[in-house]
Amino acid sequence: MARLTTMGIMTMAERVRVRSLMPPGHVRAPAYLRGKTGVIERALGEFGNPEQLAYGLPAEKKPLYRVRFTMAELWGDRAERPDDTLDAEIYAHWLEEVPDHAPWPSRP
Amino acid sequence: MPHGHHDHDHDHHHHGLSPSGHPYRQDDDAPLTYWQRMEIAVRELLIEKGVTTAADVAAQIDLMDSRSPANGAAVVARAWTDPAFKARLLHNAGDASREMGFDIGPLHLIAVENTPDTHNLIVCTLCSCYPRNLLGLPPDWYKTRAYRSRAVREPRAVLSEFGVELPDSTTIRVHDSTADMRYIVLPARPAGTETLSEAELAAWVTRDSMIGTGQPRAPQGNLTGA
Repeated sequence: MARLTTMGIMTMAERVRVRSLMPPGHVRAPAYLRGKTGVIERALGEFGNPEQLAYGLPAEKKPLYRVRFTMAELWGDRAERPDDTLDAEIYAHWLEEVPDHAPWPSRP
Repeated sequence: MPHGHHDHDHDHHHHGLSPSGHPYRQDDDAPLTYWQRMEIAVRELLIEKGVTTAADVAAQIDLMDSRSPANGAAVVARAWTDPAFKARLLHNAGDASREMGFDIGPLHLIAVENTPDTHNLIVCTLCSCYPRNLLGLPPDWYKTRAYRSRAVREPRAVLSEFGVELPDSTTIRVHDSTADMRYIVLPARPAGTETLSEAELAAWVTRDSMIGTGQPRAPQGNLTGA
């Protein structure tokens, strides 16, 4: 996780999984992406944490990434076309690294 | 109107058709919602305490209303005609738009390019994020739960309902505006436009083609085969 919080270390095509957390309050990691694995499409720089900004609190800067998922990863065999993609912006503290040698989650 | 006819007229005010043949529509007399009251209260307090003025509020509304898809169309047409600008647009669409003189404030904008084998579609599943500072207010359907939920789940079905039929060989890339970026699609330049100027090209760029739910209008007839 420490690697994720340092800009420039996470590189393109590195695999990440969106954390499967369901905290209360304002978050901007959509529920339909939690627990899903994708690849970093690009790093976007650091932005104020919306989980603090939403309540008028001083916000820490958090690295933000665009993560690309396949529709097969999101919707299984109900995807219209498995290799269409979805890109979303996810903050580093919502991402965990997936080792390169780990298999992709089994698919239907 | 003679008073003697008042009751008679009254009976017919809320029923039937107007003299021009249209059904009467009820006045919007519902009470204010919680959030409407909140907006009025906060605005009046800000003015009362001298933080802003009614004229400033009106000027900001004017500024937002002055933004329109024509701004994005100008950016797209520039990219179609100037390869160096297109490269800058794809690198940083916010800076490229500012370079053209558009007052987009701190907008972080990413342009995604449609190609013969890739089609891009923009959505905000969490709310209604949209590049307002360049394109103005989003269309009402963009903010509906139906579009927001279906665009990520069945983009091909959604596109088909918008009249966009894509071959199975085209990869669809959906972009969910979940955080600080906003997105604009750089559509493919229509065939038959080789002789058009940048300003003429901009007229063929539609709002929906910059969201990905449409294609640029294609010149037919006089330009086909040019």
